[in-house]
Amino acid sequence: MTDSQVNNVDRKAKLLKKRYAAESRFKWYGRISVGFGIACVLFLFTDIISKGVGAFTQTYINFEIEFDESVLGVDATSSPAEIKSASFGSFFKKQLRAAYPGAKSRKEKSQLYAIFSSDMPLILRNMVLADPTILGTRKSISMIADDDTDVYYKHGYGNDSNIGRLSDFQKIIVNEMISNGALEKRFNTLFFSNADSREPELAGIKGALVGSLLTLMVTLLLSFPIAVATAIYLEEFAPKNKFTDFIEVNINNLAAVPSVIFGLLGLAVFINFFGMPRSVPLIGGFVLTLMTLPTIIISSRAAIKSVPPSIRQAAMGMGASKVQTVIHHVLPLALPGMLTGTIIGMAQALGETAPLLMIGMVAFIVDVPGAVTDSATVLPVQIFLWSDSPERAFVEKTSAAIMVLLAFLILMNSLAVWLRKRLERRW
Amino acid sequence: MSSETLEDRYQTVGSPLLEDPKMRIRSVDVSYANNQAIFDVNLDIGKNQVISMIGPSGCGKSTFLRCLNRMNDTIDICKVTGQILLDDEDIYSKNLDVVELRARVGMVFQKPNPFPKSIYENVAYGARIHGLTDNKVQLDELVEGSLIKCGLWKEVQDRLEEPATGLSGGQQQRLCIARAIAVNPEVILMDEPCSALDPIATATVEELISELSENFTIAIVTHSMQQAARVSQRTAYFHLGKLIEVNDTSQVFTNPEHALTEEYITGRIG
Repeated sequence: MTDSQVNNVDRKAKLLKKRYAAESRFKWYGRISVGFGIACVLFLFTDIISKGVGAFTQTYINFEIEFDESVLGVDATSSPAEIKSASFGSFFKKQLRAAYPGAKSRKEKSQLYAIFSSDMPLILRNMVLADPTILGTRKSISMIADDDTDVYYKHGYGNDSNIGRLSDFQKIIVNEMISNGALEKRFNTLFFSNADSREPELAGIKGALVGSLLTLMVTLLLSFPIAVATAIYLEEFAPKNKFTDFIEVNINNLAAVPSVIFGLLGLAVFINFFGMPRSVPLIGGFVLTLMTLPTIIISSRAAIKSVPPSIRQAAMGMGASKVQTVIHHVLPLALPGMLTGTIIGMAQALGETAPLLMIGMVAFIVDVPGAVTDSATVLPVQIFLWSDSPERAFVEKTSAAIMVLLAFLILMNSLAVWLRKRLERRW
Repeated sequence: MSSETLEDRYQTVGSPLLEDPKMRIRSVDVSYANNQAIFDVNLDIGKNQVISMIGPSGCGKSTFLRCLNRMNDTIDICKVTGQILLDDEDIYSKNLDVVELRARVGMVFQKPNPFPKSIYENVAYGARIHGLTDNKVQLDELVEGSLIKCGLWKEVQDRLEEPATGLSGGQQQRLCIARAIAVNPEVILMDEPCSALDPIATATVEELISELSENFTIAIVTHSMQQAARVSQRTAYFHLGKLIEVNDTSQVFTNPEHALTEEYITGRIG
């Protein structure tokens, strides 16, 4: 080897070392970023789950009730109307006073009643309505505990921490109940079967969940066909000129417009101008359609663009018309991408709060909506509402509702991944 | 003689015109935006003949071929002027439907491009969109017949429902030819049909082209002079958008009239 060749080998070796170092450095940057992302997600999940898992159980108090016909003033032969008008409230209170004679003063008595959910008289009435033959019998019933009792039993009992709002008198009674084995924690079916309520122990997410589903249904039914038609027209049929460029710029712009502005637009156009009702899933769906349209259009256009031109040429060369080419060949190949975009758009819409606040879907609604024109709220708005409530039990509910929302988001996103894999694997 | 000295209105040497041809091409100019790609081409394509178009890259032979079934329509900036007659019918006239034209003038592309569907569906597609058969039995026969003509039947008869994209490159290209002939076109255009194939597959396809020429008129663009010599009766040599020479294949390769043709076939340009 000549001197210059030796020299070159040295230089190359030096450079090679540097290059390897740069490569491993680059890898580590990536690993650190991914690690940071995973840490954030883990933190979020553990925080939410540790706070919210309590909401999935509810404390029940087993209590023996004598359905005394003379106190209620009705018997098994009474008509439903008579049973309805019977005073179950005072009946229930009397039973409690009899069971816990320690409550003497008016204050202590009302504290005694407050250990149980305020809905109990109503529930008892419905039990009798459903089966009048229980009148005159003694029956042990699982009563829904009040949220304060619930919080005390879950978090405060057996330690010195001063959690919950039970008074000392209530604590004595509850402690007695606990030592008698009257309290038990069960899976909280109320959380999934009830709509919102002022009483945390009765508040559930069914109303919000159904509201979300109705809103999403409207959004999907409107945005998917409109977006796909737009994307196909713009990609396959529209002439390429200044006007279509202008449209493209505007669609891309719309995708970046803050969602609250779509809410204001919905308020101004749908509600104020067209006089449509407020706080209904139909209008919520309209507004979210405006919001998700650009997302779906952009991803659908990308999907159409990625269909190889050779397929189009083959179809055209066979004498297929433009529409046949698109429907028979381009659309099936672009569909996985379109569906992925749609599901991601839907997931975005599911988590959207701001525009719905603008059109009044933030109202306190205790009924489960049955149609798209019923007043409703949606999951993220429900979370927003509960997070604003002072009761400790609502803190739990907030986190639990976030868990449900996250579960739906994860479900939708995995569906998107699965669909894409599934449809693409076809050939 | 270099190309710069060719005049804009260049007169093709040899015998570009025929008696009673299948297609007549008269004074065709093609331009992309402001770039003219084809200059004043006059050519006749004979019935049940194979005509091959050769020439260096970028000489416009593919562009010219794509004019013959109006595939250039799909390119917005492409403008075609002049007259192209198929059986005395102007294919660029307003009252001729391009869909019907492409059923009469089929096309096979450079890269095999089967539809991502089953083998059966690929061949049946043309018949379906043109409504050529009345029932499933007829369609089955048509698919079988087309595959037999392309020598593919024996290889694929057991897996007609399998994806066409699972076939080898040569099989895919023969499938594309089967797909084209299933609609029974009068003319088949082939744009370098063998350039993506290995030599054995190429030989099979070339053999197929020769067989097909009994029933179809074929215009083929090729980069391979050997291929042109093997499959075609006539050869047209293009140079920088101009049709330089058209003659019987044997004459073009043994005794070219034009100096440019000679330079090309002897490998001095290309």
